[in-house]
Amino acid sequence: MGELERRRGFGADVVTAELATAGLPRPVWRPWGFLRERLTMMGIGGRWAVILPPLLWLLIFFLIPLIVVIKIAFSESVVGQPPYMPLLTISPEGDVQMTLHLSNFIFLTQDHLYLDAYLSSLKIAAISTILALLVGYPMAYFIARSGDRARNILLMLVILPFWSSFLLRVYAWIGFLKNNGVIDNTLEALGVQHLIDALNAALAPLGWAIPPLPWAMLYTDFGVYIGIVYTYLPFMILPLYTNLVKLDGALLEASADLGAKPFRTFLSVTLPLSMPGVIAGSMLVFIPAIGEYVIPQLLGGPSTLMIGRVLWDEFFTNRDWPTASAVAIAMLVVVVVPLMILQRAQNAVVER
Amino acid sequence: MKRGLFIPIVATLGFIFLYAPIISLVVFSFNESKLVTVWGGFSTKWYGELFANPQVLDAGLLSLRVAAASATIALILGTLCAVALSRFRRFRGKTLLGGMVSAPLVMPDVITGLSLLLLFVAMEEVFGWPAGRGELTIIIAHSTFCMAYVTVVVASRLSDLDQSLEEAAQDLGAIPARVFFDITLPIIAPALISSWLLSFTLSLDDLVIASFVSGPGSSTLPMVIFSKIKLGVSPDVNALASLIIGVVALGVIIATIIQLRRPTKKAPA
Amino acid sequence: MLDKPEIAADARPWRDPEAKPFVKIRDVTKKFGDVAAVNNVSLDIFKGELFCLLGGSGSGKSTLLRMLAGFEDLTAGTIEIDGQNMANVPPYQRPVNMMFQSYALFPHMTVWNNIAYGLKRDHLSKPDIDARVAELLHLVKLEGYEQRKPNQLSGGQRQRVALARSLAKRPKLLLLDEPLGALDKKLREETQYELVKIQETTGVTFIVVTHDQEEAMSLSTRIGVMNQGEIAMIGEPQDIYEFPNSRFVAGFIGSVNMFEGVVTEDEDDHIRIRSAEAGCDVYVSHGVDCAPDQILWWAIRPEKITLTREKPEAEFPDANITHGMVEDVVYLGDMSVFQVVLESGKRLRVTKANSLRGDPEAISWDEEVWASWSGAAGSVLTS
Repeated sequence: MGELERRRGFGADVVTAELATAGLPRPVWRPWGFLRERLTMMGIGGRWAVILPPLLWLLIFFLIPLIVVIKIAFSESVVGQPPYMPLLTISPEGDVQMTLHLSNFIFLTQDHLYLDAYLSSLKIAAISTILALLVGYPMAYFIARSGDRARNILLMLVILPFWSSFLLRVYAWIGFLKNNGVIDNTLEALGVQHLIDALNAALAPLGWAIPPLPWAMLYTDFGVYIGIVYTYLPFMILPLYTNLVKLDGALLEASADLGAKPFRTFLSVTLPLSMPGVIAGSMLVFIPAIGEYVIPQLLGGPSTLMIGRVLWDEFFTNRDWPTASAVAIAMLVVVVVPLMILQRAQNAVVER
Repeated sequence: MKRGLFIPIVATLGFIFLYAPIISLVVFSFNESKLVTVWGGFSTKWYGELFANPQVLDAGLLSLRVAAASATIALILGTLCAVALSRFRRFRGKTLLGGMVSAPLVMPDVITGLSLLLLFVAMEEVFGWPAGRGELTIIIAHSTFCMAYVTVVVASRLSDLDQSLEEAAQDLGAIPARVFFDITLPIIAPALISSWLLSFTLSLDDLVIASFVSGPGSSTLPMVIFSKIKLGVSPDVNALASLIIGVVALGVIIATIIQLRRPTKKAPA
Repeated sequence: MLDKPEIAADARPWRDPEAKPFVKIRDVTKKFGDVAAVNNVSLDIFKGELFCLLGGSGSGKSTLLRMLAGFEDLTAGTIEIDGQNMANVPPYQRPVNMMFQSYALFPHMTVWNNIAYGLKRDHLSKPDIDARVAELLHLVKLEGYEQRKPNQLSGGQRQRVALARSLAKRPKLLLLDEPLGALDKKLREETQYELVKIQETTGVTFIVVTHDQEEAMSLSTRIGVMNQGEIAMIGEPQDIYEFPNSRFVAGFIGSVNMFEGVVTEDEDDHIRIRSAEAGCDVYVSHGVDCAPDQILWWAIRPEKITLTREKPEAEFPDANITHGMVEDVVYLGDMSVFQVVLESGKRLRVTKANSLRGDPEAISWDEEVWASWSGAAGSVLTS
């Protein structure tokens, strides 16, 4: 062994010995090296100090809760604290019994409230996503094509609402959408009622009629669409913007040079290239929208069925924890499925 | 290329759509009359009422405390997680960790809230802790879902970071822990700050999860607001909203100015 | 201050069979999945050398360098530095420092702190660190730049800071990854000279990785040419250029004319090759380890061929003289490059220094010329 032989037991690093031979002054001994060596020899590297805290935290506060939910989904509802039967019971003879009630899951399939709520959630989320896309795409395009200074200011304007309270922004729409709310009052002030009367006179022979002001917008599905589009718009705009801003202007010029009108250029060049952004933005709106509770509760009507609301009501109103748990499990399954389909679609587009 | 008018018009309408409700909120917070939709004259009385309301003030302070604590815990755990996922090559449980940390991002709030409440109830039964739900359980819940966001932001920043910087530090004699504190941390500091702020905002804003895991006497601000607005509009909520939006707007504007003023990284040729 | 040691070139330890190598690389292999980036490489590097690993991308040179630094584990083989086996020794414990291709200067630290970083890790006292940093700044001629941050420096200045930082701890071995790659041509030439001078005065063993042959030729004491994870040839720049051991090495360095032929005469003191491509026989005036009727290649550098209008007087009228037409002449100022088409259709590249100013006799386009060379002018290659 050369002069750089490791000195065991004193915690000296190799570097220390090296410096001594190079003629530079000897530094102080540090004991950490020794401890580190011993731990490494035992197979516990320093890496686990980094991995364990988040891993343990998530196991306890993410994974185990889900297991508890599964467990309670299989139990029976009782009156009391906590309002469910324990899964494992010990009989007088000392045997451990486990009772699995599948009744909750069967109940889910029998009562078509739940299936309706799931389908309704998908429908509302899908429509909202499309609306958000229609509103957000032009905005993202506009920002992407703006000059540097304007772009930064516009982006800031898009992000600013996101940082302020989501709850309060939904609340703002209550004032707008309610009967004799801001929209109704504005439309009346603009004299739209006269316009409606005139149109109705013209349409009368067809049997069609536009409802008179004030329009019922709050506590309807329409209110939920507005609410979802409004709150999730930044999530649609940002991925689209990121994608569109990277679009090479030269491609658009080349298309025009080859004789394509602006709309044609949009269809053949811009739209296909922005597909990854479209899909990313749509996913960021669609997935969370399915499980929304607050927006349907505040802006939707009694007939607005969304699965998140159903779960909440089961839990808080009916005090039926097992059913709520069963709904949660079912929701997990049905949310994961569209997610996987969309991810596969996204990968397919990216590969192309 | 000739610019059409279609895009700018639609875009402007979009921005109006985005801001009209907010502006209306602020305007009507100064409304004399109780009706939030008809102007009755200028008044700041709703702001006064707000500050005299102990329920709102207590909830506000609680929310701020919870948000600060959760953001900090989420930052530490999320950064550790991000380092493990983007810098360590293979270890047992890496896929599990990656899956667990990104799941809260796609799981609906109601499920996250429900599962944590059921956990706390079960834990209380078995261990006697946590004894009743309150501030602590809310902090735990918020830290857990905020951690996911921190991990995403920090992991993304770490993967952009030139690894030769960390290698150079190691080459010069720094052990990996040293490298992290001397080199990595200072360089990714902006990402850490922004993810702390993101967690703070998300925690402050959360209604659903807090509703599940809070206990008697520990109502967060969103919970208080929600119970008020379930019944309809209320002008003191407008006042509160204006305050919050004002503070946030100020913060975002300042942050944007700082970012725009930062010197560019180009060196002289 | 530093004593001026013996210039490495005077010593040439690799020519001494008794000399102990400073870096011993034995049967080193590195696999990424199924692909071998470095395949069974063995190499000795001696103290005080400026050794260049030369190769194209994918040749494995950077991987080998990273294994020396400790950033990659070895799939097989051993690396010894100064007699110590480097297995399981992490980079922060090796007596090796590296200068990165991207310089990797810490952007949030000043020049002073960048250079002092390694010294601080060794827990040196403040006065010692001050003295050493000042010494290094003087060495790389950056006095006065202590408080600048990397983004306030030009590319050349950053390169010098990176060099100073890597020399700070007086490493026994310094690894440089494409040190001159990011510099423009003028700066590169100046820096090449400075780099060699610094190496000679400090006496540190340098291993440089580069894809630029000019750089390798001008900097190194020895070059190791790498190809697809293996060593193609190791030798002094002259040996690599004038006596390549394979077609790959011959074609990799500089330009070369390659002819395929078959051995007609195989004696101890000469061989004769018949080559249809050359349009004549090639007479090689030394013995070569080959067999009669063996197919092999003969390579000759452009500057070793002479062009004349008349057939020159020669020892063998049918060997080492061929006939063709000048297809193209490129005037480069200091020399001219002629492209000659031989009767066989093969193109010959010939260069000639323009030693006569405004030579009226200079050979021009479309002229019929004779190309000739001496018996020892080319290399016989069997692989």
